Amino acid sequence: MYRIVKKKTLNPSVTEMDIEAPLIARKAKAGQFIILRTDAEGERIPLTIAGTDPAAGTVKIIFQTVGATTLQLSVMKEGDSLQDFAGPLGRPTETEGKKKVCVIGGGVGCAIAMPVAGAFHDQGTEVTGIIGFRSRDLVILEDEFRSLCDELIVMTDDGTYGQKGNVTMPLKEMLEAGRSFDEVIAIGPLVMMKFVVEAVRPYGIPVTVSMNPIMIDGTGMCGGCRLTLVQDGRRTMKFACVDGPDFNGYEVDFDEAMIRNRMYAAEERRAYDEACRLFGGK
Amino acid sequence: MAVIQNKHEMPLQAPEARICNFNEVALGYDEETALKEAERCLNCPAKPCVSGCPVNIRIPEFIAKIKEKDYEGAYQIIHASSSLPAVCGRVCPQETQCEQVCTLAKRFEPVAIGRLERFVADTHNALNAKAGDRPEANGHRVAVVGAGPSGLTCAGDLAKKGYAVTVYEALHTPGGVLVYGIPEFRLPKAIVAREVEALEELGVVFAVNVIIGRTLSIDELFEEGYEAVFIGSGAGLPRFMNIPGESLTGVYSANEFLTRTNLMKAYLEDPKTPVKKGGTVAVVGGGNVAMDAARTALRLGAEHVYIVYRRSMNELPARKEEVEHAVEEGIDFRLLCNPTEILGYEDPKDPKYGSVKALRAVRMELGEPDESGRRSPVVIEGSEFELAVDTVIMAIGTSPNPLIKSTTEGLEVNRRGGIIIDEAGLTSRPGVYAGGDAVTGSATVISAMGAGKKAAEAIDRYIQNREE
Repeated sequence: MYRIVKKKTLNPSVTEMDIEAPLIARKAKAGQFIILRTDAEGERIPLTIAGTDPAAGTVKIIFQTVGATTLQLSVMKEGDSLQDFAGPLGRPTETEGKKKVCVIGGGVGCAIAMPVAGAFHDQGTEVTGIIGFRSRDLVILEDEFRSLCDELIVMTDDGTYGQKGNVTMPLKEMLEAGRSFDEVIAIGPLVMMKFVVEAVRPYGIPVTVSMNPIMIDGTGMCGGCRLTLVQDGRRTMKFACVDGPDFNGYEVDFDEAMIRNRMYAAEERRAYDEACRLFGGK
Repeated sequence: MAVIQNKHEMPLQAPEARICNFNEVALGYDEETALKEAERCLNCPAKPCVSGCPVNIRIPEFIAKIKEKDYEGAYQIIHASSSLPAVCGRVCPQETQCEQVCTLAKRFEPVAIGRLERFVADTHNALNAKAGDRPEANGHRVAVVGAGPSGLTCAGDLAKKGYAVTVYEALHTPGGVLVYGIPEFRLPKAIVAREVEALEELGVVFAVNVIIGRTLSIDELFEEGYEAVFIGSGAGLPRFMNIPGESLTGVYSANEFLTRTNLMKAYLEDPKTPVKKGGTVAVVGGGNVAMDAARTALRLGAEHVYIVYRRSMNELPARKEEVEHAVEEGIDFRLLCNPTEILGYEDPKDPKYGSVKALRAVRMELGEPDESGRRSPVVIEGSEFELAVDTVIMAIGTSPNPLIKSTTEGLEVNRRGGIIIDEAGLTSRPGVYAGGDAVTGSATVISAMGAGKKAAEAIDRYIQNREE
């Protein structure tokens, strides 16, 4: 069993937990994820690893309450144990050889962007961070980002905190002003990543995006997480769990990925309502 | 006394009842029928059945024990060669193995060896008897990667010789394809759990949620003190046809469809893991997995289920009994048909936007036999047609999972990604053995078990020789 060692509420719908999983803590790198089940009847859900403490043998996860399982997870307490916790899965983010990068996080995607910014920071890369949220009370991990980034811009859609607007606005401004990066890394909602790619496209700077499709096993067995890359006009099928989750943003078919992510929207809604009834969700 | 010419019939759930539930289709022989069927065995001196069995079960001997009503004795004979008797009795393609070469089959129907094996295993399990005494430890440790048929067999055989065996499993439950792939109505999960328990009684340790190649590497297993490693990680990556429309919602790999239904129990009311139920379903492929997917879809409430296969009934690779059961259940076989495209709803304002609308296919005819001896299908020009469907399930095989290969230096694989082994199961790395679908790509449970058994023998020789 995998004990919840520490639990912290980051904002009304985002929770941080340190989970006892020594083997994973020893191995995990930025960009990788785990799959968990809360109980023996539960579904398997993938969550990105937000950090590790190899000495303590713990793995940090940060998740937003979006469905039945995350709701159930959010009401679990320190000392409780998860049924299953497997990983690290996926390929680590490639950081080698990059001197100047821009790391963009949107919403709870910041939980994934943070260790990526950290990996760059630790190897001496100059990191510009842009993090965006809908509103002031949803801002998470700002202090962490500040300590990992040489420059940090915080955006809110409604302007209640930081600058008003979405993450592509300061990015465009910087690029228009002649700033350049070896790579832009965008992690957040599909639509945000799609627009980051479009913003950067005229400048030809490499863009890496982190995909979060529906998954079951996470080890390359079910093919549910497949997505399409368009390479030289040819469409190629890839599996996010073994080929990703990071992909070249210029190649990803985002529109298809958005449709696939909504495949179980009705079922998920029903399960969430049921879970709200059971666990007294917000 | 004249020999009864035909096998005793297997009692079955009636088709109209069973398509509404996930309970086992074949109900098993009762004692009286088993005794009568056992009498059909001639106990011939040549024993062709034993060499026809991939794990060489001493078939005439266990049948002789049935005749004596010594069912536990019969179990011990089977168990000496097979770690999964209740599984094999249910899922082996006996008609191409032991029963095909049965002496009786020259004139009549062969002895129903599979049904008798199942009777013996079920009788043993009903008594909740122990598999056997825990053997004396020999002080050596072996790691097994993957708790599917090959890994369970290898682990069982080594444990019986006194090895301390740990089986590492990536998923949360041991069993591999026996739990995520083969449906409840063909192989109840309680039976797999019982076989796993029997291995635990022998001292085998199961470590679930450990992905070898990610959580731990093969090299780290040696660093932890294991003297040999068996890789039985299975086939992994599902194949698709590479035709337009395979990313539409409502298109599944058979692995995903079956995993959602079996391992994640989507067949229950209000499952935590959803799966598309109902509507019209097309399953592409003709193997056991295709039959499993089609019959699962039916039980989940599909109104109509097609099997779309590019060759004819004679070439269907599925186990004969599964095809018969599928036909009885009303699965609509569209043979000599090959899909060319999956069509979806294209209007973004349509609530069904992005989901499957139809399967487009062409008709085929059988041409000259290819290298495999099977007549290869050739497209009939201008024969294109469409089937209106809501779900398409691709059951056209899998290719080996690349995880272990990409994280194990010096482990050689073939062009298709299968791990290369010698006759004994040894890979290009000393002390590392492999077998099952990780080597061959999609094959049968029993062939994987045969490979696990052979590797266990080789691992035993390797460790004993090292000691000398």
